[in-house]
Amino acid sequence: MSIVLKMEGITKIFPKVIANDHISITLHKGEVHALLGENGAGKSTLMNCLYGLYRPDEGKIFIKDREVVIQNSDDAIKNGIGMVHQHFMLIPELTVTENIILGLRQSRAPLLDIDEAGRKIKELSERYHFNINPHEKIKNLSVGMQQRVEILKVLYREAEILVLDEATAVLTPQEVRELFGVIRKLVQEGRSVLIITHKLEEVMGLSDVVTVLRDGKVVGNVITKKTDPKELARMMVGRDVLFDFHERHAEVGKPIMSVNDISVTDKKGVRKLRNLSFSLHKGEILGIAGVDGNGQVELSEVITGMLPFTGGNITIKGESFGALNPRIVYEQGVSHIPQDRQHTGLVLGMSLMKNLILTDYYHAPYSKNNIIDYDLVDDHAADMIKQYNIKAPTTETIASELSGGNQQKIILARELCREPDILIAVQPTRGLDIGATEFLRQKLIDQRDNGSAVLLISTELEEILQVADRIAVIHEGQFMGIVRKNEVDINELGLMMAGNMRSPSDSICEGE
Amino acid sequence: MHDFLAIVFTAEFVGNALKYATPLLLASLGLVVNERSGVMNLSVEGMILSSAFFAFAGSYFTGSPLLGLLAALLASLLIALVHSYCCISLGLNQVIVAVALNTFCLGLTSTLFRIFLGTDTNVIRANGFSFVRWPKFLTEIPVLGEILLKQHIFTYVALIMIFVIWWIFYKTTWGLEIRAVGEYPRAADTMGVKVYKVRYLAMLFSSLMAGMAGTALSITGLNLFIDNMSAGYGFIAFATIVFGRFHPLGVTGGALMFGFAQSLQIRMQISDINIPYQIPIMLPYLLTIVMLGIIGSGSVPASWCIPYFPDEE
Amino acid sequence: MILFVKVNEMTIKSRNNYKNVIAKKMAAFMVPLLGALMGLLVGAILLIMQGVNPIVAYYALLQGSLIGWPSISETLLKASPLVLAGLAVCYSYRTGFFNIGAEGQLYMGAVGATIIGTNFAFLPSMIHIPLAIIVGALFGGILAVIPGLLRAYRGVNEIVTTILFNYVAAYFLSMLVQGPLKEPGSFYPRSLPIVESALLPKFPASPLHTGIFFVILLAGILYWLFNKTTYGFAMEVAGGNHNALHYAGVNLKKMIVQVMLVSGMIAGTAGVIEILGVHKRLIENFSVGLGYEAIAVALLANLNPLGALLSGTFFGALKTGASSMQIATGVPVSFISMIQALIILFVIAFTVFPRILIRINKRRMRKNA
Repeated sequence: MSIVLKMEGITKIFPKVIANDHISITLHKGEVHALLGENGAGKSTLMNCLYGLYRPDEGKIFIKDREVVIQNSDDAIKNGIGMVHQHFMLIPELTVTENIILGLRQSRAPLLDIDEAGRKIKELSERYHFNINPHEKIKNLSVGMQQRVEILKVLYREAEILVLDEATAVLTPQEVRELFGVIRKLVQEGRSVLIITHKLEEVMGLSDVVTVLRDGKVVGNVITKKTDPKELARMMVGRDVLFDFHERHAEVGKPIMSVNDISVTDKKGVRKLRNLSFSLHKGEILGIAGVDGNGQVELSEVITGMLPFTGGNITIKGESFGALNPRIVYEQGVSHIPQDRQHTGLVLGMSLMKNLILTDYYHAPYSKNNIIDYDLVDDHAADMIKQYNIKAPTTETIASELSGGNQQKIILARELCREPDILIAVQPTRGLDIGATEFLRQKLIDQRDNGSAVLLISTELEEILQVADRIAVIHEGQFMGIVRKNEVDINELGLMMAGNMRSPSDSICEGE
Repeated sequence: MHDFLAIVFTAEFVGNALKYATPLLLASLGLVVNERSGVMNLSVEGMILSSAFFAFAGSYFTGSPLLGLLAALLASLLIALVHSYCCISLGLNQVIVAVALNTFCLGLTSTLFRIFLGTDTNVIRANGFSFVRWPKFLTEIPVLGEILLKQHIFTYVALIMIFVIWWIFYKTTWGLEIRAVGEYPRAADTMGVKVYKVRYLAMLFSSLMAGMAGTALSITGLNLFIDNMSAGYGFIAFATIVFGRFHPLGVTGGALMFGFAQSLQIRMQISDINIPYQIPIMLPYLLTIVMLGIIGSGSVPASWCIPYFPDEE
Repeated sequence: MILFVKVNEMTIKSRNNYKNVIAKKMAAFMVPLLGALMGLLVGAILLIMQGVNPIVAYYALLQGSLIGWPSISETLLKASPLVLAGLAVCYSYRTGFFNIGAEGQLYMGAVGATIIGTNFAFLPSMIHIPLAIIVGALFGGILAVIPGLLRAYRGVNEIVTTILFNYVAAYFLSMLVQGPLKEPGSFYPRSLPIVESALLPKFPASPLHTGIFFVILLAGILYWLFNKTTYGFAMEVAGGNHNALHYAGVNLKKMIVQVMLVSGMIAGTAGVIEILGVHKRLIENFSVGLGYEAIAVALLANLNPLGALLSGTFFGALKTGASSMQIATGVPVSFISMIQALIILFVIAFTVFPRILIRINKRRMRKNA
């Protein structure tokens, strides 16, 4: 097979880290090449170098043996490279056709030829069974459909090399299967595909060759058929991965929070949560699994008082509430690690010391009679920096100057030092390196072992299987069932994530 | 009430309304282009003021209103370049930059006005653009002749630009790129659209329109300059953008409304109707505020006023 | 506004660490100071281009504004409304909202003060003046609270609405002084004079009125509010991240409305002291462009109320000294606006200075590669 793409000695240095350290990869015609690595291993940086979004500090790129310089995305497109980004690069206000022809030089330029392009898109869409209306606005399409538009965008430009960045993160298992089918078809047609992923099953199920990255370096390059998930995991993480750790010791206690028949409707009238009910017990970790965007954020916001709900009520420590606000919730001994630390959990332009009292500034000991005691807050911050090993030069360091892991530690320190009875953690390890991830998971388990209740919402099934005692699967705002960890296998969870309701008799809705 | 209707529904009145609306229409039609590309251009006030001055000064010193227009366009372009560099390339706060530039233009025009023309207290006039001369049989068409054919060249430019800009927005790749860049610049970037280039060009185009607006303000009609002559025209143009929901046709409606109100106000000052003349001037502002309240935050480009940094590392 | 303080030590340091505090204070002063210096420097170049000796011009400026009691008192008189309007901008911008409507709010405050100040002659000053201030503040607040409500509940950009209200207020005032509030029999569009009991007492041998104490007091109160109280903390959170405010349990919508109301009230008091202390009756267009100058004051003060006292005085001095400069060198008063504009530009450009440096550096590296 001929070589279509070769990246040689790519190095990219950011102010704080070396994101890519002399990385080389080779892609052959008709091949699916997986780029495997943990968050922060340097996969996306490498692909952004390939696509011209970043410029590498060192290294060469060859397309079919010809050296090319890719200064921007335009160059990449001209060289036959197409990229499907993890966060879709689609403009919601424009139609499918407008999105696809954006940036292209049409034959009658600068005149737009929407009809002609629309016809071509319809043809392409039919060829791959995409079933897409070219004149629909993106904002009216489902996530799965939007990804198809992303792929159409690349195909329309007749790209030879497709790069898919974490393409399955937002898809249901069925949609993933369909995507795999499309990728196989593309490869049969002679195109080459690079997939970026941190999911072993994707690598095993789809790729021909795997390159494993760790800490910005290539640590392995193997033929998929000649390896197994264990070996890949070891390469990826750098040591043997404990697939089953943290045996539980704590006794499951009484229910401390119960959610009864709650619904949420967003501004557009879409129902985000439908009649959810569950209860959370002392000394347990309840994991909420599910594909991203199925109501997880809404659920966490409802029970922390950030989002109003309709119908039903929420009982915390025996007291029933028909409506909540964050302060009521915090005062009941609830802590909340929100999904997006930069957009919700922290004020990036504010000092570390102030961020550490973000949810507690208004009460003793930090303030009395609405006057904040900053000397005490300062001491508290110094204390937290030591306890949680936050790497920050001073208590007045601005939060944005810290790394992602240290930012997450600020939130963790703030929310745990309150000694909560209930901890609600949403995607707490997203974007953290392995060390920080393990630190955080251990903290969750410590909470449970101390008798607190933990609600862990995560789209990483692996994370939930590692730490949760019970697992609820959410799909389109509904629970597909609640099961004990030791009574369920992954296939079954996968079916539930895809929207198959577990028969009620199997579910243990009320725990013990 | 009868008197009121008698004032409003004359061809002369409507023609005047169109005349007063012209600078506003030019400025807002330009603005809609840069605002849709995601840049907030409050500096338009300074552009109009500077171009009003330089059109006047250029025409005064050379005797040619055309050269005046050229000077106005250049001045406006220069301001647009500074605004673009600060707001697009450096990503500075777009409101603050505009406040600074507007203040600068106010100082600059007043200072130059005194330096160039001395402290002579007589009113100084420059040569201006006169009405476009149409064949006599056309101007004698009853209502239409009065409304449409007793206008300056800029009125016709403005009217044509309504359609040109609508066409650019929805029928050309340029328009598609402008809309895309204003909504989601990163996505446009990945598609090979040069975000900075589009935003710069949109700003420069807009500044040319503002340049014409300023020229129309100073050297069509009275042909003089006074301190702070634009007196908020730029801000009104800006309001019409939001009022017109960032659409060229909506913006046209907003600009015409302000022109209509101004025409009414001038009429009421010279007539003996017992309503304070301030009321018709205030009305469009109040109406705009009410309209904004009704429209809410809809139809604002998603990346409006948000700087874009391509190499976000 | 984030200032860039360089940190290179990796030990934990408390904020009370001596060196750290000094470094921070220095940085907080350096940016505005450098901005002002650069503004004056470029201004000097512009003066040379006009054929004027900048040393002569600036000396005249200094002499006319800060040397001798008459100059100083005139500077402080001009500075008072500037500082108040600047405080109004600080108040809203700290919370992440722009109030460009200080001018309109000032006019409304002036209307309120006039209504109280031209009536109730029987009241003692101790009651009459505070009453005028309160009513004027409320008038200003009303004008600002509407944009606040529209922003909070309809998502309407407050920049547009506050600007629009500037015009509404100016025409409203004009309508009043030509109509209901017009002095009977007067040729000019102006109101009756303010009665004796509502006039602000004056300093000896100068036009400076005691409103300046109110200005200083208010700046002090705001400094305390911003830096010591829980409300000030919530304002800072709101200024940084609206989601985080919600997460912290504070209602953003209520906060927007409150902040705009208070901001408008502060600007309203600027109108009150201008009427009770300077103009002594309501007239038209007595403060054109103040809303924009207020932004310059707030920026140069780095949104610090005590800083606003300094930056407001600085701009007041420029305005006052300008006429001396004009007499000495023939440079028009309006030249000051250009210097003011340059200072704003330099101050905000300095805040991204590190980013500019990084970019230049990168470009150079790329060229060398």
